[in-house]
Amino acid sequence: MLTDIVQATIMGLLTGMVYGLMALGLSVIFGVMRVVNFAHGEMMVVGMYLAWLLFERAGIDPLLAVPLVAAALFAAGYGLQRGLINPFINVAEHMQFMLLLALSIIIVNLCLLIAGPDTHGVQVDYMFDSYALGPFTFDAVRVYAALAAMAIAFLLYLFFTRTRIGKSIRAAADNHTGALVVGLDVPRLYALTFGVGAACVGAAGALMILVVQAQPFLAIDYTLLAFVIVIVGGLGSMPGALAGGLLIGVSESLAGLLIQPSLKSVFSFGLLILVLLLRPQGLFTRRG
Amino acid sequence: MLTVETLDLFYGDAQALDGVSLTAGQGEIVAIVGANGAGKSSLIRSVHGMQTPSAGRVTFKGADITGWPSHRVCELGVGHVAEGRQIFPNLSVLENLEMGATLKRARGAMAATLRRVMALFPRLDERRRQAAGTLSGGEQQMLAIGRCLMGQPEMIMFDEPSLGLSPTMTQEVFRVIRALHEDGMTILLVEQNVMASLKLAQRGYVLENGRVVLEGTGQALLDSDRVRQAYLGL
Repeated sequence: MLTDIVQATIMGLLTGMVYGLMALGLSVIFGVMRVVNFAHGEMMVVGMYLAWLLFERAGIDPLLAVPLVAAALFAAGYGLQRGLINPFINVAEHMQFMLLLALSIIIVNLCLLIAGPDTHGVQVDYMFDSYALGPFTFDAVRVYAALAAMAIAFLLYLFFTRTRIGKSIRAAADNHTGALVVGLDVPRLYALTFGVGAACVGAAGALMILVVQAQPFLAIDYTLLAFVIVIVGGLGSMPGALAGGLLIGVSESLAGLLIQPSLKSVFSFGLLILVLLLRPQGLFTRRG
Repeated sequence: MLTVETLDLFYGDAQALDGVSLTAGQGEIVAIVGANGAGKSSLIRSVHGMQTPSAGRVTFKGADITGWPSHRVCELGVGHVAEGRQIFPNLSVLENLEMGATLKRARGAMAATLRRVMALFPRLDERRRQAAGTLSGGEQQMLAIGRCLMGQPEMIMFDEPSLGLSPTMTQEVFRVIRALHEDGMTILLVEQNVMASLKLAQRGYVLENGRVVLEGTGQALLDSDRVRQAYLGL
């Protein structure tokens, strides 16, 4: 039994790393622009479909497709922010909500129109490979997806701490007036931020297709999951999003083992409610 | 260097600037004094493209910059030390200074400018790794000035640089402004400290209710009855 629990925990951690990358995208967008991306899970599913398409049509392994999918989602996110979302930056929140909700409905139905309601997965040749470590076995696909997610998260960390544009984005998030005062092009930085957030979730989608089959209505689940993770971890905190992803990954996995797989969301949402009641600023943030 | 012609600015129905005109020549210190709400900050924000005037014209170095976004105005050589300092509290002191030098005009010389700024403000050098939000008010003002210098401006607009500072820090800020002037910097100085700023300035403007009601040399304004009664309480 203990072996099973440890095994499930490790599986949960591996999936949780991909969840963390997905939530990181949401957290970055919110942290900088205070815009809640209600189309986040939809972008995740677009990433999954793109990776599936690249695999089916061009035979590109999803792991290698990650940069392509991320680049496509970056361009889409950049364009969306410039053309559609920017005029809504300073309006009331419910108006932003309507806009992004509309966007999410359009994306889901476009997926439905193009790919149909059936599930699509990729059959990579290492699909059934696994690594054994003592009594534990790890699915190769999950290990690769998790490692790739961590690598991308690390690149993102370097981007925000080492590059001029990354630091400028943090500056604009820190003090909007200050950013204007020193002559930062804030609308452009916002578009880059939305692009980076979309690229994160797109990359997460491309990795997720290794483990989960794509289907349009997964989108709403992923949107909610990303919210749960970000709120549990602390809104706008990057380490919080990653840690929240791990926590939710493990809780889903353990709930699946100990209770019933179909009840796994109950635990994620239960955790959300507990956090909102007891520590509304999130588990991993210091400031309230 | 800077010319403002008959500028009008509205916030909704409220008029903040009403036909304001002023000039600042190369290397000059020009003071703008007036009560709270007289339109001093609005004037600076309009020059810097953070507010869009409804009428009038702003030219800098001969270019019509009216309605330009603030990053383009900065790129032309306009520096701004804003009211409330507006530093980046969660970024380190060093990162704050780097943010001042993201302008294309300043990127190339960043290392050299940084050395100059650190020499001017040794306190900032001591605290370069510290989050800027943990600095004292005076140090934050030094950081705001240093950050502005990082952009290699040709003109600096100071908005209430001594607000909320101790008398010693206030003296220090005025000393820095005087030193910059001696190096040939053009300076537009908005200050609630009317006496000190008019003494320092070559020329000054008095703003009331969004209008220029008086202009002249610093000394002439200090001697005028209107300034003596309304602002100096003499």
